[in-house]
Amino acid sequence: MILDVNHAAFRYDPLRLIFSDISFSLKEQEVLCILGPNGIGKSTLIRCLANLYPLCAGCIRLHNRDIRSLKYRDVARVIGYVPQAHEITFPFTIRQFVLMGRAPHLGLFRSPGGEDHAKADEAIELVGIGKLADKPVNEISGGEYQLAMIARALAQEPEVLLLDEPTSHLDFGNQIRVLEIIDRLARSGLSVIMSSHFPDHAFLTSNNVAIMQHGSLIAYGLAEDVVTEENLKATYGVDVSITYSHDVARHVCVPHKAGQCRCRDLKQPECSQRRIALMPAMR
Amino acid sequence: MVSFAKLSTFLSEVPATVGQLTSRITAGATGTVLIYSLLPLIFICSLFFGRYDVSPLHVIQMLAAPVADLVPGNLIHIEHTWSAAEENVIYQIRLPRLIAAVLVGAGLSIAGAAYQGLFKNPLVSPDILGVASGAGFGAALAILLSWNMALIQVSAFCFGILAVTITYLLSRFYRTTPTLILVLSGIIVAAFFTALISLTKYVADPYEKLPAITFWLMGSLAAVRYSDILMVVPFFAIATALLLLIRWRINLLAVGDDEARALGIDTKRMGQVIILCSTLITASAVCIAGIIGWVGLVVPHLGRMLVGPEYTRLLPACLLLGACYLLVIDDLARMLTNAEIPLGILTAIVGAPFFAYLLSRKSVGWI
Repeated sequence: MILDVNHAAFRYDPLRLIFSDISFSLKEQEVLCILGPNGIGKSTLIRCLANLYPLCAGCIRLHNRDIRSLKYRDVARVIGYVPQAHEITFPFTIRQFVLMGRAPHLGLFRSPGGEDHAKADEAIELVGIGKLADKPVNEISGGEYQLAMIARALAQEPEVLLLDEPTSHLDFGNQIRVLEIIDRLARSGLSVIMSSHFPDHAFLTSNNVAIMQHGSLIAYGLAEDVVTEENLKATYGVDVSITYSHDVARHVCVPHKAGQCRCRDLKQPECSQRRIALMPAMR
Repeated sequence: MVSFAKLSTFLSEVPATVGQLTSRITAGATGTVLIYSLLPLIFICSLFFGRYDVSPLHVIQMLAAPVADLVPGNLIHIEHTWSAAEENVIYQIRLPRLIAAVLVGAGLSIAGAAYQGLFKNPLVSPDILGVASGAGFGAALAILLSWNMALIQVSAFCFGILAVTITYLLSRFYRTTPTLILVLSGIIVAAFFTALISLTKYVADPYEKLPAITFWLMGSLAAVRYSDILMVVPFFAIATALLLLIRWRINLLAVGDDEARALGIDTKRMGQVIILCSTLITASAVCIAGIIGWVGLVVPHLGRMLVGPEYTRLLPACLLLGACYLLVIDDLARMLTNAEIPLGILTAIVGAPFFAYLLSRKSVGWI
């Protein structure tokens, strides 16, 4: 076990409990996907795992040692944290940005040296943005920025990668590309915890899935066991179908009702009539 | 006005030099070399300018004489062709003044650059936490109480430190978003001390003390002596050295607190170190030169245009550019009119259009 979470609970202020009684553990090369609706505390949980926020009850153990007893620097050598994309004020180049991942391996007064530059370049190549290395981070696309942040976490040479919604704000192709990279990293020996809004991503990459709802985990286990029609209905309040697709050789998750009113089948009276009824009002 | 003609030819070359520098941004290393050679050049030239006319040749000879004396066996001999008055002007008036300009310019710039990284905001200046208002009140109070020059400086220094301490303690009361609260606390404390300054001015004797307070607050290097410089040099040296040592890590703070901590940085401790260093530098600068705005805000931008945002190169560049900037501004303060113009006025009157010009000719990544 790399990471053990026991009855973890967190609150920002005494009145507002974000989550409680969360327990799970992470093995080597395991990919754990955390699903849950907006604002339920997935990001907060990931920040707690990265030792950014202290728990109010329970504990997180990293290699069997309480994470709060470790220094930031010692945690950073084991855990790489990839936050959600945010604005950066100053136009650092991608290479300078990724190089910052070497911080936990450098002394207080040291600047990165040749070896650190080599490791940063290696990480940049690994995520496939080598051509952009000298571009400023605020002039690249959201997908490239996400990859740059993953590269920075890789430059840390961590054992665990924590990714907070790595696919949000990305287009369809970039989502799959990021998931492929995560999958590749897991196969090369990293353990991964990621949060996601798409149940399908659980089938694409994960071994285990944890579903957060009402401040705790309502389901935790293998993706095929946990991502079920009932659980998703309970979590997101929408009807979905989980079917096995032989074309792609995995389970897929398909929502039922989206786009009901824009159907092409005009014979459906409810749809077309409502449209016509709306039209004068729209003028 | 021989020296004034010299100054104007010198000034006409400044835009060309700056143009050369900005065009070298891609070849950043070359830019750095140019910046490094600029400071000694401007420093020596600045010795030529002043109310009392001393010929440049005499200045050079005067500077070279002590060095030549050090060479054993009288191998080099420099004729003492200059008068005692000239020597007095150069060594007792201009030299300490220029050294102070270098210290204050370099210090305010490096403090500003460090704060801009700490607060992740390019609009921050070194007095964001109230150090200038605090020091201003300290000086105003000391002038009101008819204390001597040394005590005015000590009072300014202490009140500057006190203001930042209050700001920091105030920000500890609230637990959310530390940087934002710190800035807000700084605004509160600055407003408070600014009001106290106004109160001091209001009760001050309008014929003697009120003008003294007003001129002090506008900033000047005219009265700087070696003893003043010796008093603040240790603070400047230690704080600047510390900032330079941790400069690579300021990059991480500039990206984000959470990320910096996830990368193993003790952000709280590091923030304290940066605030302490910047406050010591700014308080020292204010206590020998009065309140000089704008330098700590503009020079870091100038530095970023030349060498990029990366702090291992930005901080040394800011040190040199800040020193050059204040040397040139102080030359203007001495030369433009018959009376001295207060520095705080000139830094903005010259700096603002210059900065506007720079912004207009280059797209800037951070605005």
